[in-house]
Amino acid sequence: MTDKFVVGPSPHVLGPKTVKSVMWEVVIALAPVSIAGILLFGLDALLVLVTATVTAMILEALVLHRNLKPASILGDGSAAVSGLILGLILPPSTPLWMVVIAAAVGILLGKHAFGGLGNNIFNPALVARAFVFMSWPVAMTTWHGPLSLSDWTTRVSVDVASSASPLGGAQHGLMEMFLGQTAGSIGETSALAILLGAIFLIVRGHIDWRAPLGYVGSAAVVAAIYSFLGGDFALTTIAWQLMAGGLLFAAVFMITDMVTSPVTKTGRLLFGIGCGLITMVIRLYLSAPEGVTYGILFMNAMVPLIDRYTVPKVFGEVKSR
Amino acid sequence: MFGKELIRGIYTENPVFRLLFGLCPALAVTTAADTGLGMGLATTTVLLGSNLVVSLLKNVIPPAVRIPSFIVIIATFVTLVGMTMEAFFYPMFEALGIFIPLIVVNCLILGRAEAFASKNTLGRSLVDAIVMGIGFTISLGLLGAVREILGSGSILGFQLVPGTVDMALVFALPPGAFISLGLMLAALNYIAIRRKEA
Repeated sequence: MTDKFVVGPSPHVLGPKTVKSVMWEVVIALAPVSIAGILLFGLDALLVLVTATVTAMILEALVLHRNLKPASILGDGSAAVSGLILGLILPPSTPLWMVVIAAAVGILLGKHAFGGLGNNIFNPALVARAFVFMSWPVAMTTWHGPLSLSDWTTRVSVDVASSASPLGGAQHGLMEMFLGQTAGSIGETSALAILLGAIFLIVRGHIDWRAPLGYVGSAAVVAAIYSFLGGDFALTTIAWQLMAGGLLFAAVFMITDMVTSPVTKTGRLLFGIGCGLITMVIRLYLSAPEGVTYGILFMNAMVPLIDRYTVPKVFGEVKSR
Repeated sequence: MFGKELIRGIYTENPVFRLLFGLCPALAVTTAADTGLGMGLATTTVLLGSNLVVSLLKNVIPPAVRIPSFIVIIATFVTLVGMTMEAFFYPMFEALGIFIPLIVVNCLILGRAEAFASKNTLGRSLVDAIVMGIGFTISLGLLGAVREILGSGSILGFQLVPGTVDMALVFALPPGAFISLGLMLAALNYIAIRRKEA
């Protein structure tokens, strides 16, 4: 009876959501993208995804618990999410040792150097990708197209893989791009699979629609203006820009990361718009092949500032002079 | 006496790792161990000259114009060092490029002139210049060595890892400078905390 009388500060009523439940539901949301990636790019993709996820989880267990018991490896699931997202934004032909280094950089430098989950300023998966992208630019910008099911187990090494991705100038129909039958990183090609994950996350209430909308919306506006100035304005150009590269994947799974995106609702919209603008400017006006990584990392650094200037008005508050 | 000062320059008051002085050259020229060492030696020479002259002239420089006076003195020695390097060490001069003239604004040199040489005797100022210069040279050499090993698998041009292995190119690029400096600062802070606890 005494157990029921607990003296403590609010909140007294707790919701069913925990870090653990949210993280594992994000993993479920990533399932369609992962399956699509594995089906399209074969055994390579599977190995990259497994390596990235397992490395991230083992390192997290070592940092947090200093042991490798199954419970510490599973942890709260945040390492699994970071690792899986990292695997999904790497090309399928990435050598596995590079994947291990990437996961180590993401978890150790991107996450735990800043104090672990909740304290990391930058998205760990993107820190890892930026690191390996600058270290081994050739391997990180070499993609291969989807494999047919008969040569699903063929390993494609970096030296052989050489299909251009849509952003690299490959021509594809919009339907091919929607289904993901283009060259690209494992998880970013299939818009259909990404949308399935997005619907799941929005229905379960894990992501706010504002950041993805701001991101995709501002990217679409920039694409429209760019194509209008270039004199070949067409709705297909805009749709093409949105489905090419990692833009949609980032919109659903990376700018909605709870730790590295603003807390306020207006802030999330602004954050999304900022990410979209920088991504498109890098894509269209710089020589870099893809702007998603740097666009989001840059805006990650702006998050404290955005939060500070978008504090909502307290009910009944009057503007002080 | 000198040994104690030497430890001060290399460890307890290390310009780069403890005082965070002169980070611009420390980040910019340490793509390899040899450029780091070259920069460190050039800076040491300038520091020696400026500490010498500043400590000699400390009583005739009016306090109100001391910073411009220090800058003129430092710039004189930087020009001398730059011309000497251009004449006798041309490859190093080429490799360091714009960062040789920029020694003028290295806050380590101005900092030592302001905080030490303008208040101390000639002998002590020279010792300070030598130990600080050694500390700076070692720091830059160390940072350059770490970046050279991780970035290209070699040290002072000597290949340690077979050239067929792809090393992490990022360490030869500007972001790698920040990453390695940050990790080395963290390691030194960790050691310092452990020593304090013990």
